[in-house]
Amino acid sequence: MAEQRGNGNSEQPALSPENERVIELTRKDFVSDQEVRWCPGCGDYSILAQTQKTMPDFGVPRENIVFVSGIGCSGRLPYYMNTYGFHSIHGRAPTLATGLKLANPELMVWVITGDGDALSIGGNHVLHSMRRNVDIKMVMFNNRIYGLTKGQASPTSELGKKTKSSPVGTIDYPIQPLSIALAAEASFVARSVDTHTEHLQETLERAGHHHGSAFIEVLQNCNIFNDGAFRDFTERDVREDRTLLLEHGKPMVFGKERDKGIRLDGMRPEIVQLGDGVSEDDLLLHDEEAEDPYLAYMLSRMWWPQFPVPVGVLRRVSRPTHDQLAVGQLEDAVTRQGKGDLEKLLVGGETWVVD
Amino acid sequence: MTTETAPEKKVDVQELERVTIRFAGDSGDGMQLTGNQFTRTTAVFGNDVSTLPDFPAEIRAPAGSLPGVSGFQISFSSAEIYTPGDQPDVLVAMNPAALRTNIGDLPAGGALIVNSDAFNANNLKKAGYEGNPLADGSLKPFTVFEVPISTLNTRAMQGLDMTSKQVDLTKNFFALGMMFWLYERSMQPTLKWIDGRFSAKPVIAEANKRALKAGYAFGETTEMFHTTYRVAPAKLAAGTYRNITGNEATALGFVAASRLAKRDLVYGSYPITPASDILHSLATYKNFGVKTFQAEDEIAAIGAAIGASYGGAMGMTASSGPGICLKSEALNLAVMVELPLVVIDVQRAGPSTGMPTKTEQGDLLMAMFGRNSDSPVPIVAPATPAECFEYAIEAWRIALKYMTPVVYLSDAFLATGAEPWRVPSPADLPDIAVDNHTDRASFQPYARDPQTLARPWAVPGTPGLEHRIGGLEKADVSGNVSYDPENHHRMQVLRQQKVAGIATDIPALEAFGPQEGDLLILGWGSTYGSIRSAVERLQAEGWNVAHAHLRHLNPLPANTGELLQRYKKVLVPEINLGQLSLLLRAKFLIDVVGLNRVRGKPFRIVEIRSAAEALLAGRPIDDDMPVPTTDRSSFSASGGGLA
Repeated sequence: MAEQRGNGNSEQPALSPENERVIELTRKDFVSDQEVRWCPGCGDYSILAQTQKTMPDFGVPRENIVFVSGIGCSGRLPYYMNTYGFHSIHGRAPTLATGLKLANPELMVWVITGDGDALSIGGNHVLHSMRRNVDIKMVMFNNRIYGLTKGQASPTSELGKKTKSSPVGTIDYPIQPLSIALAAEASFVARSVDTHTEHLQETLERAGHHHGSAFIEVLQNCNIFNDGAFRDFTERDVREDRTLLLEHGKPMVFGKERDKGIRLDGMRPEIVQLGDGVSEDDLLLHDEEAEDPYLAYMLSRMWWPQFPVPVGVLRRVSRPTHDQLAVGQLEDAVTRQGKGDLEKLLVGGETWVVD
Repeated sequence: MTTETAPEKKVDVQELERVTIRFAGDSGDGMQLTGNQFTRTTAVFGNDVSTLPDFPAEIRAPAGSLPGVSGFQISFSSAEIYTPGDQPDVLVAMNPAALRTNIGDLPAGGALIVNSDAFNANNLKKAGYEGNPLADGSLKPFTVFEVPISTLNTRAMQGLDMTSKQVDLTKNFFALGMMFWLYERSMQPTLKWIDGRFSAKPVIAEANKRALKAGYAFGETTEMFHTTYRVAPAKLAAGTYRNITGNEATALGFVAASRLAKRDLVYGSYPITPASDILHSLATYKNFGVKTFQAEDEIAAIGAAIGASYGGAMGMTASSGPGICLKSEALNLAVMVELPLVVIDVQRAGPSTGMPTKTEQGDLLMAMFGRNSDSPVPIVAPATPAECFEYAIEAWRIALKYMTPVVYLSDAFLATGAEPWRVPSPADLPDIAVDNHTDRASFQPYARDPQTLARPWAVPGTPGLEHRIGGLEKADVSGNVSYDPENHHRMQVLRQQKVAGIATDIPALEAFGPQEGDLLILGWGSTYGSIRSAVERLQAEGWNVAHAHLRHLNPLPANTGELLQRYKKVLVPEINLGQLSLLLRAKFLIDVVGLNRVRGKPFRIVEIRSAAEALLAGRPIDDDMPVPTTDRSSFSASGGGLA
């Protein structure tokens, strides 16, 4: 089962002797000795903390976990994890992760990226690593701005946004990361928020247990260059009214009073007030395991203020992973042809002997 | 016609040492297949062989057009040979376009065999002929054999259930059969090949066999030919041989390297001419643990290779010039993180898309310097198709021992050219295995081996060695991120010294011929054959000339400067505008003379010979600058302005 990864089934990496105590690992075991260097107040601190807190839950020994990142503020995260880590080049982390999983399918590989790294310079690699179902967990920090280069518009910046690179407003339409992930056939697609710590932990945990390509958008506040980008719907006093917490198999209810819901009107979602002849039975049921992606895609298009912003798992489907398929072909070849014999290979084809 | 009882024909047999044949026709005519079949048969017969396929980038240019002409030249000999021959002795032209594009290379007195059926008004017009060259006397300098190949071949197909298009596609085998008879080759290897290739299509198999046999029988019975030619087997060193192209040898070399290093190969690649064949070959070696990955782009291909090497496998990628440009940033990452990696560049004519199927040595300086900052990368370059095997292993030996990316420079001529290869026994191949680091007490990510300056290879999955690497500058020993100025200087020097130190671990540069004297001709890569042939002839004429050939371009063998100093003059032929010349001048302050030709073709022996003779006589070499310039004095006679 895809959900069983690292929970003691046969797919779990072999435990090294010293890591037989692996279940005793705590957050502290995943904190590296490097000083964290993000701006004070940055949402990245929370994402790092939730990541470190979640790691012990997988029961995977530290040496079998690798964090691969690209360039941007998010790219620093691997330095702060006491696991294996590779801070690569701009946009290319998914390519390194793909090769790493091919070399050693036993590893649990996380890719840490941002909206510029993943959707601009690295867009092609997100597309292809997701469609191949490479068994990687891609966590995309979306702050709708280029932070490390000091404040230029990103592919998720809203139309008309004034930044250093767009002083009179950007003329580029933004894209929805989750729509892209779904179109790219990611087998696990989810969204969470930096400040919703418990939800973020739960989302990372579910992603970690998924076997296949996972894409997690984390709405992250850049308090220096784009402060409050998501404030309107993520602040504690409004979040229940303005986000839609997705729960598999349950009707789409939201609101502080749990009195509103999402119903289908033809091909479009609509917000309805519960009561007055409208019951939960009339609402859309969330089905993250739906084979077709229509529902998930519809959810990926919902955004404040027209709709509450969906958070949680939009899609989670199971299919063979890239590394499984690759290893399968190798095993088939050995079954069919026998293990390769170098001497026979070299004299393959037509030969002749000179005495 | 095979059933006719032909009167006994008197046939003379002429012994020849060497013959060069060029097959030329439409790119849809199967000229590469014809050439390959002649090559296999000739190699198995025991001749030394060298081939030069020459095909357009278009899969099917318009039939009968000049750009659609595809050629295949094969030279075979009873003695050792190094090149596919400067000029053909025999030209087989399947249509007017093939005649027009190739006749200029046929020397006076050469034999020309044409498919006279193809010389109709339509084809003549497409080839740009006003009249018919078969009738206007323009072919007088040659011995012309007009054979109605299409007609004769169609006759041989009678009774077979085939379309006229299918029949037409077999005529190349008629031509091949004719050539087999003329040069006393057996049809058996090709007949066997046809059976294997068309086992699912018995009619097509039968048709091709009939075409081949009909061509052979035509040679036997026609009054047109009265001589067959015998080229005895060559006296090659004892051993088991097979015919091999550079790309095949490269792929086999990497499989062997994987076995020798006891690690799996992960090969990331994006399709590009002329490197794709390596991917095609490696994709069939899955039972050797080879994982091939057709990436979404060139960058992903090298990114996956780096990720694989980080994971303890042998990560590799291959491309040609335009793709290597795209890989530069990732290659520099491999320099920074000091992981083993092999990047193959099968060079082709550029810049930009250039001429994708044509050869060039234009990427040497890109391999040396085409990255930001000082970024030393070892470079190896095989000299012949068969040598591609050995240098694939050598590239990995260096990459593993020194924990460094290595660039392996092949080119279109090596990649598609073929020659006999003496198959080595795996037992005779070097042990290139290295260990992963596992000891936690001694582990520092950027501690260095005192001899090689290599850092430890600590792969994910190893308990207790969890650490972080990346493209940011590393603190010496600890590998932590560092902006310390002294540390950066130290690390730049260490990276440079690590690669420079490989010079003590590679063979000295050897001179073939006099060990000092008037002239050294120094080459690298696929120019080996032309240079060696030219030098042998010059030496036979009594000239004091030596040949040296570089297989390691970075670092250069330790004795390179000293060897060059021993000769009064040094000539450096390159299929670029003077890239090695520039390096040699900069490094050794020696006034080498470049011989630079960039026509997408290998050097002809005579070009090198003429240049050498000019230098020996104290004359400037032909500067070959076809483009008039307003002030040519600002260009050197040889380097095209660069050297």
